[in-house]
This record gives sequence, structure tokens and C-alpha cells, in this order.
Amino acid sequence: MKKKVLAVLLSVTMTAAMLAGCGSKTASNETGADASKETAEESSGGTGTAGTTEMEVEGDDVTTLNVWTFIELHQQFYTDMAEKWNAENPDKKVKLVLSNMQYDDMHNKLSLALESGEGAPDIVDIELGKFPAFITGTIGLRDLSDVIAPYKDNVVQSRLDIYSKDGKVYGLPTHVGATVAFYNTEQLEAADVNYEDIKTWDDFKEAGVKYYEATGKYFAAVETSAQWMVNLMLAQKGGDYIDESGNLAVNSDAMVDVLTYIKEMQDTGAFATVPGGQPDNDEAYGVYNSGDYAVQIMPFWQTSRFVNYMTDLDGKVAIAPTPVWDTTDGEYASIGGGGTGTAIVASGPNADLAAEVMAYIKLSETANEQVWNVLGFDPVNTSVWSDTALTENPDNQYVKFFKNPPFDALNQIKDNIGSLGALNDERWPSINNEFCNVTLNNIYENGMDVKEALDESQANLENEFQ
Amino acid sequence: MKKFFYSQKIAPYVFILPFAVTFLLFWIGPIANGALLSFQDVLKDQWVGFKNYQRLLTDKIFLKAVWNSLKYMFGTLVLLIPFPMLFASLLNSKLMKKPGFFKSIYFLPALTSVVVAGTIFRLMFGELESSLANRVISLFGLAPVKWLKGAGTGYFALLVLACWRWTGVNILYFLAGLQSIPKELYESAAIDGAGKWKLFTKISFPLVKPTTVYVLTISIYAGLSMFLESYMLWRGNNSPNNIGLTIVGYLYRQGIEKRAMGYACAVGLVLLAVVMIINLIQLKVTGTFDKEAK
Repeated sequence: MKKKVLAVLLSVTMTAAMLAGCGSKTASNETGADASKETAEESSGGTGTAGTTEMEVEGDDVTTLNVWTFIELHQQFYTDMAEKWNAENPDKKVKLVLSNMQYDDMHNKLSLALESGEGAPDIVDIELGKFPAFITGTIGLRDLSDVIAPYKDNVVQSRLDIYSKDGKVYGLPTHVGATVAFYNTEQLEAADVNYEDIKTWDDFKEAGVKYYEATGKYFAAVETSAQWMVNLMLAQKGGDYIDESGNLAVNSDAMVDVLTYIKEMQDTGAFATVPGGQPDNDEAYGVYNSGDYAVQIMPFWQTSRFVNYMTDLDGKVAIAPTPVWDTTDGEYASIGGGGTGTAIVASGPNADLAAEVMAYIKLSETANEQVWNVLGFDPVNTSVWSDTALTENPDNQYVKFFKNPPFDALNQIKDNIGSLGALNDERWPSINNEFCNVTLNNIYENGMDVKEALDESQANLENEFQ
Repeated sequence: MKKFFYSQKIAPYVFILPFAVTFLLFWIGPIANGALLSFQDVLKDQWVGFKNYQRLLTDKIFLKAVWNSLKYMFGTLVLLIPFPMLFASLLNSKLMKKPGFFKSIYFLPALTSVVVAGTIFRLMFGELESSLANRVISLFGLAPVKWLKGAGTGYFALLVLACWRWTGVNILYFLAGLQSIPKELYESAAIDGAGKWKLFTKISFPLVKPTTVYVLTISIYAGLSMFLESYMLWRGNNSPNNIGLTIVGYLYRQGIEKRAMGYACAVGLVLLAVVMIINLIQLKVTGTFDKEAK
């Protein structure tokens, strides 16, 4: 009898222990459903999932070109444009085979492929933050100056400069990425905040506090995994990550001022870190979509994320120039943020054709119109910006989505879009990495003193660059 | 020719030849090459002497990675040796109903891919209020936690993943060890009046020691070389404030992400040295070498 009781007890213990394991398993099924939903959303044009798309091209004399991307939205654009190219150049038809990979994966694979000389694609999208790493040492990318030449007059020079080294251009820009402010007007009106009155960062902060007091919801995000707002504020102050003599200076006074100012914003309670650490992120799309945060300071290309991932905000969001520190000193009204430089692998068997085709796909006038129509970006050919037939076309999904004409803000700031010198420095990938993982987290998540956190990062980076 | 093949002196060498060749080709070769590379700047193709090693000593991020790996190794040793041993003893008990069923259930997680499991654990430990971990703690009235942003909670998530995945494997090792202990020992001890606890501490525990040493050795190595779990949990090799960065993660970051192959090789050799030293100490302490000497 005693034995039987013991046996039962034993079995119960095992079952209980097992259920603890099983508990997590049933739960994983539940979250698993969310996960597959997330992936489904991503594959509709996100930044994550892997997938291969192959163009269908008729005819015999067709050159196949392999393309690597890390943003799936770009694939559709490339195939649309490649079809136009094929129609115009029946003797030089191409067939694009596009593979989309996760951001880090793709850049790492490319790095390995170039290093080993095997397995690289013909054409590859390289993100601005990673670009400098591919134009140091032995460069495996093709100089594109010759194929850019026919389009050069129409293109914003600063967007070519960021992909250049020693007078050679290695990347074809996609957009200007002018930083603008996106205001959820419906929610701001409820709190009696008028976004048009926000001119300076002080106004911005004040409006935030007012909004927070009225609604109890956050006004805007404090970034921890990107520096869209940080870079803008820094450039407006005339600062940079690297000083005039080329030395690393991430703990400069200007940087301390900017991060301290943002820290003060956070201390009001109206500004808070956002899930995922920045607005361009799966988790963040959700919280913006549900109205937990009202404002985004983001590059113009965020339009595409609004239309695709924050659909509940349809008709509520207005685009305006970002605040400045001082309206009278002529500081930058905006800076170009982010960017994808399309590069051609020099050792590819069809590198010359690939270069010619991609220059057409990204820089021709049709391309620039399509960049706006399909992707919703601000094209590098600024003559498109004032073509109201395009920019205010009532059938355009982006025009329909936003409350005011999206290009109004852009045309106001058009002549005063700056940049940071550090962006095309070979040290930038490491600086960027340090800020997105360590510095900003230390300050805004862990409450570390601004100066202390910056000094620590300065030391970490100096050690790396020695 | 015939003499050659039938020679008793030569035969042993022929038998170990396949192992020796693969060992030289796929282990010693790469390690020697790595050692050479660790004195170079591969991108610039220059010899730089001990510069890579000097840099390692002052590299706080590397030290953090070493610390993270040691911490993880220690945590897994504390959790993944006593508990599987206990569960194995329970399973081995004659009173256990359906041991086969429990064995397979516990082993199941080891069959899933770390990639899938890591992704699911990332979602479970999400920082949104609706994530599973936050819902669970809300039952106890606790506020949502940003699990993967804090050092302590991130470590916790890593350990949960490790336990979920490896408990079953270690149970199998211990079970095999326990089942090889002759039943007579237990019987005679029981006749002498030994209780269950005595049987475990005086017979099972000492006789299962070879298994324990083996599990300890592979756990030390597995703990120090952990990479994939952290990579999947943080969706990439970058975690806030490097809380999930391990030695191998740092090697990967330097070698693949920053293309500093030479520096990465130095990191790899340091990892090799650390693992060797810890394992040698552990094998010495547990007396594995003594037997060989006898």
C-alpha cells in the first residue's frame, strides 16, 4: 500500500515537472501564431524574412542577374523597373533573381563572399551604416562613375558622396531620406496641440508635456537602437561624431548637449523609449498604430512604413518640417537619414551590364517617379519634388494616406538639407553599433549619466580603432 | 606487401590513420592557421606582432563577453547537472510509471532547432505587455518587464532556454550511467538497512561519477562556446549593452561583421586557452588523470 502511494506521488511529481515544460510549450504555440502573423506581415514588405523572387522574362538572349536585398519592398520596385528596361532595350534583356535576407545576415554574407571571392551576387543593396566597411581595404565593388554620368545632373550630389571614396562612386542612392516630423493630428487635436505651432525643440518639448498631461499617452519616442533624431539635433548644432582634425569625438560638448536635452525630454514623462528601440521596427509599428505614441521624427521614407504597417492611422497623419534649435540662425532644417546604396560586385561576369541596368533602375527619370509612386520615398532627383502632377496625384496611395500633401514639408526644407561627415567615414559602422547597443541604452534605459556614458563609449571605440 | 599488411607493428597505425588524418586536417591545421592569422591584420595583409593580443587586454567589450560566457557556463552547471541527475534517479526508480513516456517528453526539446526555439523564446520574453512572460508575472501583480533589455532578466531568459533544451539530454546521460550500476549493490545495501537517500548518496552518486565528469566536461565547453542561443534570442549578434554577447559572439562580430579576421583569431585562441585551462583543472580535481596513471 505504502509503495502504491509512493508510486502515485512519484508520477505526480514527474507530471508536474513535465507540465512546467509543457506550459511553455502550449504558450509557444500561442505566441507561435503571433509569430507567423508577424512573418506574414513582414513578407508583405518588411525588413526581415528571406525569400526569393524570380522575374519571368520571355526570349532567348536574356542575362540572369542575382540581386540581394534586405528590404523586401525594394524587390517589387526593381522588377517593375527591370521590365521597363527590357521593353526599352530588347537587345539587352535581363532577368532579375532577387533574394531578400535579414539585415545583418545579408551584410555578413556579402562580406564573406567578397572576402573569399565566391558566392557573391551581381547586384547588392548595402545599407548606409554598413557601406564604409565595404570600401576599405581591397574594394570588391565596381566603380559606377561611368554609368552614373548620364544622370548626374539631376541627382543630389550629397547622396552620391556618401557612397564615394577617392572620387569613385560605389553605390547608387535610392532616396534623399530627408528627416521630417510625422504628427498624428487626430490625437494632438484632442489634446488641443497644433503641430503647426511647433517650430523649435523647446516648443516640441512643451507640446509634449501638454499632450501628456491631457491624454496620459506618450508624445514621441526616445531612441535607443537608432539615431534619427539624435543625428538631426547634432547636425543642427553643428556637431559630429568626428572632429575637424579627423579624431573620434563622440563625447564632444555638442553631443553631450543633445543627449542631455533628450534626457530632459524623457524626464518630463511625455517622451519614452519605445518597444524595439526606434520607430522603424515591427514592435514599434504596433504601438504607433494603436496611438500609444503620437509623433515620429523620421526620414521621409517612413511614409512607406505608415502605408504598409500603420494602416489604422490612415488620414490622420500630417508631415511637417522638424523643429530646430533656433529659427533665426539658419541651421539645417533636416538631414538625410539612412539610405541604401545599390552596388555592383566587380568580379561578377556581367558587372558592366548590371551597372548599366541598375543605373537606369535607380537614377533615370522614370525611376525617380517610380521611387515616389511605388516606394513613397523622396527621390534623389529633386525636380520630381515640384512636379505636382506626381506629388499630388489624388490616386497615389501615399497622397491618400497623409493628411497634407507629403511634399509640402519637403519643398519647404529643400535647400537646407545637411548631413553628418561621420556617415561615410570607415569608422562609422563601429560608432553606429556602439551607439545603438551601448551608449543610448546606458543613458535612456539604465539611467547612466550622459557624460559618463559617452566617455565610456569614446574609450571603447578608441580601443577598437587603435 | 603481404608482410606489410600482416605486420603487428604497422597494423595499429593503419587503424588510427583515418582519425589521425582528419584530426590533422580539420583540427590541428585550422588551429595552427588561426594562430598564424592572430598575428596579422588580414584586411591589410600585414604582420602586426602581438598587437591583436595587446588590444584584447584593454578591450572592455571582450572582457564583458568573457564574463558573460563564464556566467552562463556557471549557471548551466548549477542547473543542468543536479536536476537532471535527480530526474534520472526518479525515472530509474522501479516505482515510476511509464518511464519511457517521460523520457521522450523530456527529450523532445533537444530535437527542436535552436533557431525556432530561440525565436519563440524571444517572442515569449518580448517587452510588450501582451508577451507571455509579462502575462505570467502580471498574475502575481508585477509590472511588465523589458526582459531582453536588462542584464539580469536577459541572463534569466538565456538560462530558461538552456534548461528547457538540455535537461532531457542530460537526463539520458545520467540514466545510462545509473542503469549500468549492478542491481545487487542496491539489494545488499537495502538488506543492511540503507534507506532511499543513503542508496542514492552512497551508491548511485559515486558510481555515476564517470558520467558526471563527462557531463561536466561537455557542459563547460558548451557553456563557454554558446552563441546560437544568444544570437536567436536577440535577433542578431547585437544586444542592448552587449548583455547577450558571448566569446564566440565577439569572435563572430570581429571576424565576420567587422572583417577583422586577425583579431577574431586572437579571440578564438583565447577561448581555446580558457576552455583548456578550466577543463584541465576540472579533470585534475575530479581525478580523471589519476586512473590513467595507474
